[in-house]
Amino acid sequence: MVNSRSDATRVEPSRREFLRSIVGAAGAAAAGTVSTTASARDTYQRPPEALGLLYDATLCIGCKACVAACKRANENPPEFSTADELWDTPLDTSGKTFNIIKMYRNGTMATKDAEIDGYAFMKTSCMHCADPSCVSACPVTAMTKDPKTGVVAYDPEACVGCRYCVVACPFGIPKYQYDSPTGKIGKCELCRNRKDKPGSYSACAEVCPTGATLYGRTADLLVEAKRRLALEPGTLTTFPRGRLGDGPDQGYEGHVGKYLQHVYGETEYGGTQVLKLSAVDFEKVGMPYLPPKSSASLSETIQHTLYGWLIMPALVLGGMTAIAWRNVPRDAEAGDEAKKGEDS
Amino acid sequence: MSAGHEARPAPVGGSLFNATTLVCGVLIAIMASVVVVRLFFGLASVTNLNDGYSWGIWVVGDVFIGSALACGGFSVALLVYIFNRGEYHPLVRPALLGSLFGYTLAGAAITFDLGRWWNFWHIFWPGYFNVNSVMFEVAACITLYILVMWIEFSPVFLEKLGLHDARRKLSKVLFIFIALGIVLPMMHQASLGTMLVVMGDQVSPLWQTPILPLIYLLSAIIMGYGVVLFESCVAASAYRRQIEVPLLNPLAHVLLGVMALYLVARFADLIIRGALPQAFRLNFVALSFWVENLSFVAPFFLIGTAEARRNPARLFLAGIAVMLSGILLRLNGFLIGFDTGPGWSYFPSVPELLVTLGIFAAEVYGYIYITRRFPVLPREDGEALPARG
Repeated sequence: MVNSRSDATRVEPSRREFLRSIVGAAGAAAAGTVSTTASARDTYQRPPEALGLLYDATLCIGCKACVAACKRANENPPEFSTADELWDTPLDTSGKTFNIIKMYRNGTMATKDAEIDGYAFMKTSCMHCADPSCVSACPVTAMTKDPKTGVVAYDPEACVGCRYCVVACPFGIPKYQYDSPTGKIGKCELCRNRKDKPGSYSACAEVCPTGATLYGRTADLLVEAKRRLALEPGTLTTFPRGRLGDGPDQGYEGHVGKYLQHVYGETEYGGTQVLKLSAVDFEKVGMPYLPPKSSASLSETIQHTLYGWLIMPALVLGGMTAIAWRNVPRDAEAGDEAKKGEDS
Repeated sequence: MSAGHEARPAPVGGSLFNATTLVCGVLIAIMASVVVVRLFFGLASVTNLNDGYSWGIWVVGDVFIGSALACGGFSVALLVYIFNRGEYHPLVRPALLGSLFGYTLAGAAITFDLGRWWNFWHIFWPGYFNVNSVMFEVAACITLYILVMWIEFSPVFLEKLGLHDARRKLSKVLFIFIALGIVLPMMHQASLGTMLVVMGDQVSPLWQTPILPLIYLLSAIIMGYGVVLFESCVAASAYRRQIEVPLLNPLAHVLLGVMALYLVARFADLIIRGALPQAFRLNFVALSFWVENLSFVAPFFLIGTAEARRNPARLFLAGIAVMLSGILLRLNGFLIGFDTGPGWSYFPSVPELLVTLGIFAAEVYGYIYITRRFPVLPREDGEALPARG
């Protein structure tokens, strides 16, 4: 069937030809790589008008008003973790719980916001990354990042349910509804669809009695976070509540917490639109260490270097087709294996 | 190998009803019933999937591992048509058949796993698909490859049906499909590795590297040759045919060459990134790393010499070792070395395993059906045996 084997004289030229095409393809591939490294993309930064939240763990009293408000705003059913099933008691976010307050406990739990023999709270909900892994991962653009507000939104009508977003997110935020034949992904969308009353914003911030969860432009929230970090712990200052820089002044006077000098979300994966302050080590309260370079940017750089404009695949395919054209019999006789077989 | 010409393919013949096909039939029926339950009651009704391990054995096993095990067709085509080693031609059709079933069923398996499967077409629809997504590249590429493989394999059906005219016409353009059949698996098998990149530090540094596409591509080629060794030995023993040792011996030599390349890339990367100390911790992840890599090294001892490569048992064991190593590379990256935070664990449920088993049974049944009825395996010297299997 293969000509070159039965015809020894063809072996050498075809091999030389082959080497030549390999060298040619390699050169072209190298050129392709050089030209497409332009597609190496940097980690995205937050849009200037990005909206988000500032969560200050030292202000949080663990009342979970935000958890209940989130359920109402998203029309999610209660989830139970106790035998009597009286109260909504989710232990983690899920396809039907987009926001919860978790508790850190250590030793005697005597002191709030102490790492040893203390306790602390931490909000778990979507961080609305500047460069979200879920948006990069989604094959069908069901996860999108609003170019203006930067809100990471989900469209169930587009979603195929592959759950790559669930696996990709470093915060474990997108969650799937496994108990339904038509399950959707559930995650915080910063109440982008709340139209129940004018002037409404993220329900969790709206109901927070202490201003631990504050809504606003991330740029403003970052300034506010840095203001708090610069203050002397224990001194008095004014904490805004609800919505920063807009609406009625709901501020109140309170004591400055013993903050770690770190605004979580300022630089993680290029920054997130939800920022967090804590007195207890962030990894201990469930916020992972993340480098300033996003994994989405690395993934897309690899992908577009290899496949950008299909340059490399086209070059390799061209080379392979040329070689296959030489090596695969095309004429009717050689193609007719049965006949060839009988002949031999 | 001088037997090249008499080794033209012919149907094996024999009955399609025997103990093996019966077992396959039962397993396929069980799989179908599990799938029905899943479609009506959701993934939780039959799987142990959770938000910490949202991809279980259906994705990682049936699709990622299944498609890599189905790289025999691609690996052999690379050797025969690109490196012009025509002597391996008798291996092309059986290897391609394995690939055809492996990929087609991997494609079918993913639809059971998709949470919103009725939207599947979005992956191919402009306005929906996302070119930044590694998943998009993999899904589009695998679908295209399945089509290409059916075209590549169609001469078998055309010969059987006596459509010689169509067969001749196809043979004029077959080189295009053969080239596509090499480039497409190169693309998506590499991308299957890239899929881990976006998961970042959730994946142990032993399996998270920017050179994942290279590692997974080489691994897929290697698994392809490993599967050919395995399949040839199993087919020979099941059909009581001669083992094609004169072909498998040099093939195994090629295999060792690609494996050496992989080893250099894999360990150079681990050392340069400083990830190797992770392998010396006392935990299950490190253990799994060593099982993966020791079973990868095993073939060098099993079939390192030309003498050893003439021993069918050693070829068979080397094939298994290579497959195991590739399976573990993927299991380790996507499940065992994947840590999404405390409190999550996953082990496949019995129904999940039954579906994977059913997929495997469907592949075995398909292989038996096609090889017995269509010209795939090289004709034995003398009459084709009425094998009873």
